[in-house]
Amino acid sequence: MSILTVKQLTKQFGGLIANNNIDMDVQKGSITAVIGPNGAGKTTLFNMVTGVYQPTSGDILLNGESLVGLKPHQVAQKGISRTFQNIRLFGAMTVLENVMVGMHTHLRSGLFHTIFSTPLMRKEEKEAKQEAYRLLQYVGLESLYNEEAKNLPYGAQRKLEIARALATKPKVLLLDEPAAGMNPKETAELTKLIYDMREQLQLTIILIEHDMKLVMEISEHIIVLDHGEKIAEGTPDDIRNNEKVIEAYLGKGATTAS
Amino acid sequence: MKKWLNVFEQNKRIQATLIGAYIATTFISLYLAQKSVVAFLLLLSSLLFLYFTSFSNRVKWGIGILVLSVLLPLAASQGEAYQSYMEVATLVGIYIAMALGLNIVVGLAGLLDLGFVAFFAIGAYTYGIFATAQANNFMPFGKYPLSGESFWIFLIVGCVVAAIFGVLLGIPVLRVKGDYLAIVTLGFGEIIRIIFNNLDKPVNITNGAMGLASVQPPKLFGIEFMYPSQFYYVVLVILLLTIFIVRRLEYSKIGRAWKAVRENEIAAQAMGIPLVRTKLMAFAVGASFSGMMGVVFAAKQTFVDPTSFTLLESITILVMVILGGMGSVPGVILGAALVTILNLQVLTELTNWLNQLSLSGVVHIPDALSPAKMQRFIFGLILIVFALYRPQGLLPAKNPRFDEKELKSGVTNVADGKEGAKGVYFNG
Ligand SMILES: Nc1ncnc2c1ncn2[C@@H]1O[C@H](COP(=O)(O)OP(=O)(O)O)[C@@H](O)[C@H]1O
Ligand SMILES: [Mg+2]
Repeated sequence: MSILTVKQLTKQFGGLIANNNIDMDVQKGSITAVIGPNGAGKTTLFNMVTGVYQPTSGDILLNGESLVGLKPHQVAQKGISRTFQNIRLFGAMTVLENVMVGMHTHLRSGLFHTIFSTPLMRKEEKEAKQEAYRLLQYVGLESLYNEEAKNLPYGAQRKLEIARALATKPKVLLLDEPAAGMNPKETAELTKLIYDMREQLQLTIILIEHDMKLVMEISEHIIVLDHGEKIAEGTPDDIRNNEKVIEAYLGKGATTAS
Repeated sequence: MKKWLNVFEQNKRIQATLIGAYIATTFISLYLAQKSVVAFLLLLSSLLFLYFTSFSNRVKWGIGILVLSVLLPLAASQGEAYQSYMEVATLVGIYIAMALGLNIVVGLAGLLDLGFVAFFAIGAYTYGIFATAQANNFMPFGKYPLSGESFWIFLIVGCVVAAIFGVLLGIPVLRVKGDYLAIVTLGFGEIIRIIFNNLDKPVNITNGAMGLASVQPPKLFGIEFMYPSQFYYVVLVILLLTIFIVRRLEYSKIGRAWKAVRENEIAAQAMGIPLVRTKLMAFAVGASFSGMMGVVFAAKQTFVDPTSFTLLESITILVMVILGGMGSVPGVILGAALVTILNLQVLTELTNWLNQLSLSGVVHIPDALSPAKMQRFIFGLILIVFALYRPQGLLPAKNPRFDEKELKSGVTNVADGKEGAKGVYFNG
């Protein structure tokens, strides 16, 4: 069953066509990878799905409901969350607070409850803190919960982005180059984390990644973009052996290397 | 030395003795030496020392309120300078509340607002118009001025009207970001002042540049509020309320949303935070404190005219926030107190002193260089020094620290669906 469908999606920036007539069908509970050279339009695709950019034409459907025209926060409320290629944490806030921000839409106490610090509000805040801590445990950052986010090492910042995205309780999670800047050990941990999230949290995951080992290892479906066009899609094996993909992106060595 | 400092930090009894002795000494000095501005300021600064002690918050607040509501007025009340001390203290309170309002907009939500005094003006005019005969000019019903009892209702009215204007201003203004926002808000502040200056025709609403005179003094149980020593308590109560509310908001969902928007708008939106609503909320809440104090200001001065609400006022409030520490409530309180006292007391005293010197022929200082006229220069200097050496302000903002025990007392693991069901994550 498909959860997210993208239909003939096009995005133009002036004369530049960053995405041209992209079709994509993402199965519920799957791990899908979007790959392609730099500037291919991968991040642009994510930005349209999450409402950061409005498409020039085409449609985006989540469980059959169109997301086009929605603001980013509305898309988030519909159940799509993401991380960013260029890390966008709330730098001056603590690690725990970063995750708590992710719970924003699930906390109900408004101005009245806040000012009078009602039992409802106190209970909700306490649970939110504990839940945020659990999410940090889940990605392995619990020991850093009181640190300012901007002081974290690079790999930890990427994990924090994931924990924060999970806090919104997404149905679909978009990861934009989650392994960028990670060392092999961190990448291996991340690979396991992505896999676990799908299994344990019933998430659908779409990721942009240049690390082919990671991509080939965990994704069931791969979409290849080049110059804004979708040039191929299929299983890791299909992609590995696809002439067009080898030429545009993987390079001749790829078939033997993996 | 370090060892002693440690002992001092840990021993509450020593701290209690010292702060007690300090308050007592300054109290007695002010009580006896009524003309000593220094004694007054020293007694006031006991609050700062109190802040640095390691007592529980409740004790600190208790002592602080005792000093402000009993000791300070009592010590100052023995001489002729009583009302002028209370006048200074009242103005300090008014500015602190405004700075706390601006701190929400600039410090927490990260929206640089250079026209903040507009909301103060709106509050002041709201009361000023209806508490003088002015309203007769355009109101089809009712008889004006309203009696002094209406002041208490107008505190709320001023607050609400300012908040509404905060939202109205916000809707167009929030389309622009960063430097542009600063320019647009600056323009808004000036426009509001100019409107008040010119709204005497075709219908005379604000009485233009002449201003509104003899604003009704507030009345409570038949007592008229005329003196600074009375307004002092009105301001104190509102200020305590303001601090209380600001604190609650800061450490809540809405406070986190403000900070998130300040730190990264795109990420904040991706977390489900509605950008416009969150910013408007900051504008409205910040404006409301300012509007409320505007009402008090109008009643205290018994006179409202546009010259009280110039760009320099907006800049002054901003300096208070930056000097104290953006986003830091204790910092902003300190910043506002320092700047106000510097303006009202230190600079004027210095000018008087220099004037005396030049009268007695010791030195000669040209009029143009008198300290009271150097306010802008001194602010400029303060800003530069702080930008260079202490960009976080006097008391930088602190993040909430959580206790690991409290965090762990919840259920075990996110992935562990069954147990986690009690938690937030699996509720939805
Ligand atoms: N906001 C924008 N304005 C103009 N051009 C953009 C914008 N965002 C992306 N682009 C352009 O679109 C193309 C695709 O970019 P992007 O989606 O970031 O590529 P990728 O993530 O695959 O490396 C690039 O040529 C980039 O310069
Ligand atoms: Mg990219």
